[in-house]
Amino acid sequence: MDDRPPIVIGAGPAGTRAAATLAAARLVPIVLDEAPASGGQIYRRAPAGFTRPYRALYGFDAAKARRLHTVFDGLAGSIDYRPDTLVWDMRHGALHCLCGGRSREVPYRDIILAPGARDRIIPFPGWTLPGIYTLGGAQIALKYQGCAIGRRVVFMGTGPLLYLVAYQYAKAGGGIAAVLDTTPFAAKRRAVPGLLRGGSTFAKGLWYVAALRARGITVANGIRPVAAEEKDAAVSALLYRDAAGTQRRLACDAVAFGFGLSSETQLADLAEIPFAFDPVQQQFLPEHDITGRTPVRGVYLAGDGSGIAGAVAAELCGERAALALLEDRGHEVGKPRPAELERALRRIAAFRVPLEAAFPFPADIAAGMPDETLLCRCEGVTAGEFRRAARTLEADEINRAKAFSRCGMGRCQGRVCGPAAAVVLAAALNLPTERIGRLRGQPPVKPIPMAVAT
Amino acid sequence: MEAPLFRRLAESDRPRIRLVIDGRSCAALAGDTLLTALLTNGRRLRLSEFGDGPRAGFCLMGACQDCWVALDDGTRLRACTSFVADGMRIVTRSAVDNGR
Repeated sequence: MDDRPPIVIGAGPAGTRAAATLAAARLVPIVLDEAPASGGQIYRRAPAGFTRPYRALYGFDAAKARRLHTVFDGLAGSIDYRPDTLVWDMRHGALHCLCGGRSREVPYRDIILAPGARDRIIPFPGWTLPGIYTLGGAQIALKYQGCAIGRRVVFMGTGPLLYLVAYQYAKAGGGIAAVLDTTPFAAKRRAVPGLLRGGSTFAKGLWYVAALRARGITVANGIRPVAAEEKDAAVSALLYRDAAGTQRRLACDAVAFGFGLSSETQLADLAEIPFAFDPVQQQFLPEHDITGRTPVRGVYLAGDGSGIAGAVAAELCGERAALALLEDRGHEVGKPRPAELERALRRIAAFRVPLEAAFPFPADIAAGMPDETLLCRCEGVTAGEFRRAARTLEADEINRAKAFSRCGMGRCQGRVCGPAAAVVLAAALNLPTERIGRLRGQPPVKPIPMAVAT
Repeated sequence: MEAPLFRRLAESDRPRIRLVIDGRSCAALAGDTLLTALLTNGRRLRLSEFGDGPRAGFCLMGACQDCWVALDDGTRLRACTSFVADGMRIVTRSAVDNGR
């Protein structure tokens, strides 16, 4: 009999609930997490020696953060927790893990992937200048390090993080130049009826906007980024077009931007799970059902890594995936709890459509990206070079275009440029985005020392 | 000298430590990431290999890999996920930078 313990990758909301559910069934799961402490990105914990209370770090979500941390800490002794561990490959039924500079193989029988998400980015001219960060990055600077990314920050883009992070900066005493939202006001208004059914996410969003305006901070809708200007080797201004099409210049010493989130899917790809294009999220996602089961036996998905649904859903599907794993191992899990979790997940999924309508991915910015824009920051490839490679070498598929241009071939493996590069390529070839495919995950999924890889 | 990129808003009463950035002795706080230590003292982490100027990180969550920095012994560290240690010696300019 195969008595190897189940494995959970990730210790955010999904991974924590999955681990707790498996531990409750006395299975002692191995929990592998790249971070030094549990919580994931949303409930990321400050390092030892930091003293701000939960309320200051997590705001409205303080109670949820505390509960999740408490659950995880309560698992000590009933899980095999391995923090600071990067899973860099997954093949032939084994994981390849890097910890403390050493790699080791961990064979697995069954595994729950809960790797989370990252900011979705669209490059614009000047975006690689020092002082320009993702919205998530700006939040981490504050939450994890007590720092602002500048003295006069522009927050730009779309998605719930835009107003949340701007509000957190304002509250912490950070200087804000403006909040520039790419979504036209009318699109938000149209989405309101659906959003109202979604409860607190929308209410919180309105509250942040009101709080920012009450502080005299400019909030503009329907803008388009034009370029970042440089002075003394860092950003000094953001040029943008307002909703009326007039170009404006906003002096600043930092920019935080992002356009929603993008799922972390490399490991699902290495596990050979088939992918399908999700028209709502405009991203290729690994196939799975509401239980977290995938077409690959023994591999389960949970949390934002399987599609963006947020932290509340992540907790629910982490537990559901763990119950599926237990069911498949022959454990009795009963019917009521899985059914209850699935009902809650369906409610949240129904809310996703109006949420995406309220924060639409502005694909036109990527499609119309000026040729001189550095599209791939790892390999220094401009949008023009990428388009030329696509057109002259007839690369009508993104991995081919990558091979010809090096766009997406660098250290980040296309995590940053990939979503925008897909739109750039599709627009250049006049094809729908889903037709040009997706960047394949390649091991190592993140950089590792040569001595480890060979 | 130009102002550092990052500005501390909270958690400033942690123990002070010293590090050396490009030969200059600098102060940081215990619990700072290498990225925080470098950007509260300066405006860059490294130079782009492709000649497009300095870089100062981007995602801060270990996804973009933009913030790998070099210690003076050649060790490479991802600055956003590595903590600074007392006496660390970091180089953000290398011999091939031609003084940029």
